[in-house]
Amino acid sequence: MAIVFEKPKSLTSKELHYCPGCPHGIIHRLVAEAIDKLGIEGRTIGVAPVGCAVMAYDYFSCDMVEAAHGRAPAVATGIKRALPGNIVFTYQGDGDLASIGMAETVHAATRNENITIIFVNNAIYGMTGGQMAPTSLPGQVTQTSPYGRDVKVAGYPIKVCEMLSALDAPYYIERVAANNVKNVLKAKKAIEKAFRNQIEGKGFSLIEVVSACPTNWGMTPQKALEWVDNNMIPYYPLGVFKDKDQEAKA
Amino acid sequence: MPEKVLMKGNEAIAEAALRAGCRHYFGYPITPQTELTAYMAKKLPKMEGGVFLQAESEISAINMVYGVAGTGKRVMTSSSSPGISLKQEGISYIAGADLPAVIVNVQRGGPGLGGIQPSQSDYFQATKGGGHGDYHLIVLTPSSVQEMADLTSLAFDLADKYRCPAMLLADGTMGQMMEPVALPEEKESGIEKPWAVTGTQMKREHNIINSLYLSPEVLEKTNFERFERYAEIEKNEVRYESYMMDDADYALVAFGIAARVAKNAITAMRKEGLKVGLIRPITIWPFPKKAIREAADKVKGFVSVELSMGQMIEDVKLAEECLRPVVLCNRAGGMIPSVDQIIKVTKELAEGGKN
Amino acid sequence: MTTQILIAGFGGQGILFSGKLLAYKALSEGKELSWLPSYGPEMRGGTASCSVTISDEPVGSPIIDNPDVLIVMNLPSLDRYESTVKPGGAIFVDSSLVGRKVQRKDVEAFYIPATKIAQDIGASNLANIVLIGKVLKDSELSRGYLEEALKKVVSAKHPEMYDLNLKAIDAGYNYIEE
Repeated sequence: MAIVFEKPKSLTSKELHYCPGCPHGIIHRLVAEAIDKLGIEGRTIGVAPVGCAVMAYDYFSCDMVEAAHGRAPAVATGIKRALPGNIVFTYQGDGDLASIGMAETVHAATRNENITIIFVNNAIYGMTGGQMAPTSLPGQVTQTSPYGRDVKVAGYPIKVCEMLSALDAPYYIERVAANNVKNVLKAKKAIEKAFRNQIEGKGFSLIEVVSACPTNWGMTPQKALEWVDNNMIPYYPLGVFKDKDQEAKA
Repeated sequence: MPEKVLMKGNEAIAEAALRAGCRHYFGYPITPQTELTAYMAKKLPKMEGGVFLQAESEISAINMVYGVAGTGKRVMTSSSSPGISLKQEGISYIAGADLPAVIVNVQRGGPGLGGIQPSQSDYFQATKGGGHGDYHLIVLTPSSVQEMADLTSLAFDLADKYRCPAMLLADGTMGQMMEPVALPEEKESGIEKPWAVTGTQMKREHNIINSLYLSPEVLEKTNFERFERYAEIEKNEVRYESYMMDDADYALVAFGIAARVAKNAITAMRKEGLKVGLIRPITIWPFPKKAIREAADKVKGFVSVELSMGQMIEDVKLAEECLRPVVLCNRAGGMIPSVDQIIKVTKELAEGGKN
Repeated sequence: MTTQILIAGFGGQGILFSGKLLAYKALSEGKELSWLPSYGPEMRGGTASCSVTISDEPVGSPIIDNPDVLIVMNLPSLDRYESTVKPGGAIFVDSSLVGRKVQRKDVEAFYIPATKIAQDIGASNLANIVLIGKVLKDSELSRGYLEEALKKVVSAKHPEMYDLNLKAIDAGYNYIEE
């Protein structure tokens, strides 16, 4: 009997702590599959964030470092500069990457730091129980925007891919989603490319994965995935925002 | 004895770090330590495996240090007081993850933006925590350009040996002044670091650099274990200079630039027949408690000479166990106590003691 | 013996450089020394000063409250530091730039139009070095090891500056007060 489906080698056997219906499990798997496929587990070092994925260091079987809130790109910079032959990735949420860690994100990008960033955008602070994120949508109800995000008070959401692609340096920036099979397959390809870019020494690659948070959005998993289609993706359009491979061809 | 060269204190730190095998430096410009950053910017890119990066902030710099420290390589950052405040988060994480790293603080006056002239007002921050949580740094305080070099070299060794961050606590005067210095020999760590993240090479379980323990029982255990190591440091690594203490009736306690001024004051007072000596802490954590306590049996009083509103004086009082009066001789905000001021305060103590 | 030298003037007059020259001279002689600059924004245009202590013993504090030798290149520096000089000490004044005389009677005063001399010998930015030449002649410091020190402080990129500095030293050293 042939095995047609198994756990990626780059994931440990530790049980995930994520809520039912949370796409983090899928996104972890996509990262692990990319590492497996490229055969780089033995030389990969991951950097975990502060946020829901804080314990990602227990789930990936490569060497892992737990960073302070928002500092993962700086920590990854240190590791990559010390060990340029290794593969270094960060796995960060929206509060971590686009709020408290914005400076680290922008400067790692503008240095074209040869690292891979997996940015999971679910428009909410999950771990602390559902507060407004830098990417919460206008009008979105959260614990700290109970009347809906008022852009006059709290400002507008930050579109990370659009913003970073305005920089000259970064190599590859793409936004994908993890809310249906078609999108997950696209996400898988993008994440793989982001790692391959690093192996080839091309530089900074960031994949934003538009995700869902059924628990804190107060929806069933099914509804949450639909909400991604109907509300998130219209605000955060999917696609490649910067790819120097394509620029070179053009 | 190697030939002496003339160097600024800041440059001596940088050169000593390179000779200690440090090939990774992350910093951000701030007066009065910028020469150190500039020296590294000039040297490291020309060295094999050398990494110099001007970070976008002090916060990023210390987190880059955290990253490199996790790989087991020798790494350093430097700044001055306001920048060191920004680094505290990262320092707490480095301590919590039991990583070796060297942090240099060339102090200036505060609080807030303060000024750019020399100060010792980060004593509490350096010795009593700084960042959050139960932890210590090994804190070394140079009092000459020679010690700027020697103690930098020592800081790397102690950090590696005890798996904890070490701080070189200097001040603007020490950073800016030039003196002849015999530079330390080239060396490497020589300490195995099986805990480092270098890639599993599929030959071992994954290593995790981490300071998160959601189980309080486990977190408590890591704290207890860390403090057992601190007890070892307190046992083995206390360093101080005892200067003219044999027959001293009064003891000055001072470090860094304050100790230099104190020595001049002692020379002057001894000419007048007042027997004064100096205990100069070289490590302020661990603090030379025993030396102070033993002196308390012999002297009639202590003068804590500081460039602050009186911070080290608390450790002096704790160490001498209320046996003798302890008075403060201080300037703040970038000012330095003068020889005359030290003489005046010491004489007042001596005269008060007669009553 | 210990000699404490305070050099003061405007930023940009080469105050720190003159101090460095004396420091390297002391190093070449195998003496103990410290060199302490004023630092910060004042390095650019404001008042700059440099404290050099040269001694046969290890140097205590590098801070000089009462110099044996004061070298001034502007009036504010003379006004500020004249009273601090040790009795019996010496004050060297660039008389091209400082209009008044030293008031104190318990110190020796030397006047040399260093800025003018420097211009006359085609080294207009070396008034500081001309002054040092005068100091080496008339203070307890000697001229010995000056060449060794100059070699160390003059940038290898500008070897021609070595000769010009030496010329400036000689001009100050051989100057005879009117």
